[in-house]
Amino acid sequence: MNSALIIILGFLLLAVFLGIRSTKGKQMDLEQWTVGGRGFSAIFVFLLMAGEIYTTFSFLGGSGWAYGKGAPALYVLMYICLSYVVSYWLLPVIWRYAKEHKLVSQSDFFVKKYNSPYLGVLVALVGVIGMIPVIVVQLKGLGIIVSQASYGAISMETAVWIGAISLTVYVMLSGVHGSAWTALIKDIVMVVVICFLGIYLPLHYFGGFQPMFEAIHTANPDFLRFPDEGNSVTWVISTVLLLVLGFYMWPQVFSSTYTAKNARVFRKNAIISPLYTLMLLFVFLVGTAAILTVPGLEGEDVDLALIRISMETFDPWVIGIIGGAGLLTALVPGSLLIMSTATLLAKNIYHVFAPQSSEQTIGKLARLLVPVVSLVAVLFTLHGGATLSNIILMGYSLMTQLAPSLFFSLWKGNFVNKYGAGAGILAGLAAVAYITITKTTLVDLFPFLPAAWNDVNTGIIALVVNVVVMIVVSLVTKSKNR
Amino acid sequence: MKRLYFLTVLPFIGMLGFLPLVNRVEPFVLSMPFVMFWIVLWTVLTSIILAVMYKLDPRNKEDEEQ
Repeated sequence: MNSALIIILGFLLLAVFLGIRSTKGKQMDLEQWTVGGRGFSAIFVFLLMAGEIYTTFSFLGGSGWAYGKGAPALYVLMYICLSYVVSYWLLPVIWRYAKEHKLVSQSDFFVKKYNSPYLGVLVALVGVIGMIPVIVVQLKGLGIIVSQASYGAISMETAVWIGAISLTVYVMLSGVHGSAWTALIKDIVMVVVICFLGIYLPLHYFGGFQPMFEAIHTANPDFLRFPDEGNSVTWVISTVLLLVLGFYMWPQVFSSTYTAKNARVFRKNAIISPLYTLMLLFVFLVGTAAILTVPGLEGEDVDLALIRISMETFDPWVIGIIGGAGLLTALVPGSLLIMSTATLLAKNIYHVFAPQSSEQTIGKLARLLVPVVSLVAVLFTLHGGATLSNIILMGYSLMTQLAPSLFFSLWKGNFVNKYGAGAGILAGLAAVAYITITKTTLVDLFPFLPAAWNDVNTGIIALVVNVVVMIVVSLVTKSKNR
Repeated sequence: MKRLYFLTVLPFIGMLGFLPLVNRVEPFVLSMPFVMFWIVLWTVLTSIILAVMYKLDPRNKEDEEQ
């Protein structure tokens, strides 16, 4: 065992220790386990949400895209920043409604608003299907970090299993209190590591930031701007808008808004959060520095850019700290994702079909489902091959389908009913599946559009289908209901 | 409230609306390629805009929520 692995193991033990300690003296019913008794202050909600948003994906996937695609990687920073503008209005409303009705999951919100447990089942299923890929991303990230940091001693497969087992034990013991505490350590370590790498590597290899960009600009004049085709300006604008819509549709993000103790927490956090996204800039700098320093990574391997350039540059103990930071960025979101998935399965799916079961049974079942969810995620991790960024984008196009019925439900004059909401979501999902399988573009559907429209994110098509079906079905079924 | 709605759309216009015009590498500003600088600039402005919104928003002065 080398020093890198020992340090990573140290980080893991610290996280587990914090997780167990944080639950002391608290009775862990479902409300404590998932929404921390709704008593979190601004700083904890900030950390928890930052914990969910800055995952191993931002660490490895962000640098991977900067390495492989250049400027288009900036989309990550753009959509996160703009989502906070939406949060200023959206989250206080969601929070207040959830508190009034004692909701613990995202699906509960739909159940109450549309007065339909079966719509809740559908929403929960979409959530589970959308979250599994993101859990896969965390496990993949864990696998990459641990196997690379072991300098080949531990295979990717073994590393994924180790990661999944630690994650499972961690979630079962601690719940959301543990995640919030680990999130604190995670963010400190991550910011320090990322800023250090983002500043040190360009200076070390190129003597400055501008010389680095100039060297890349000379080698490939189109790399540092959005290309004319593919990930073009059209692509980035449509993608960012779509991701902003989907940002708060993730069940784990949605339900962590419930942890806040008042609504002002969100407006306050909205102010500083955009500045926090600038941390991603340093991630891009690392990826950019790796282009000319460790060339030749292709396909899935671009996600290795950050760790490869670090190994090229530093001693094993530094790799240990980087790996430890990476481990925490997988552990915090991973634990929240698994917890949300298990809660949705137990409370919003199982409970609907077994209404006689008690709160305690549901709470117990939620915890028992944790290892099952982990196992499924491990299987997907070991049998899928796509870059982290592409997996995340796929998950987003699924989750965004919840946006229309959610936003309509917040509107006082909402005429959309449960049939419309359900039909819209299903039609949207079908459209996503069709577009993904057939690789349809907007110009295929509307040949008269100029070629620039080819790059419009096709998730928009699915969203339009969703909204149209939702409105039509709501209007048609309206008369029958009254 | 009207002022707040206007401030809300401002970051979207700044960051996304101008993108076709600023999609260029040169000149480098603060060592960054121009398009990157533009996005960073608007990230900072978004924070400032949200702070102004917070100050203007009467709901943050009341103690309505606990």
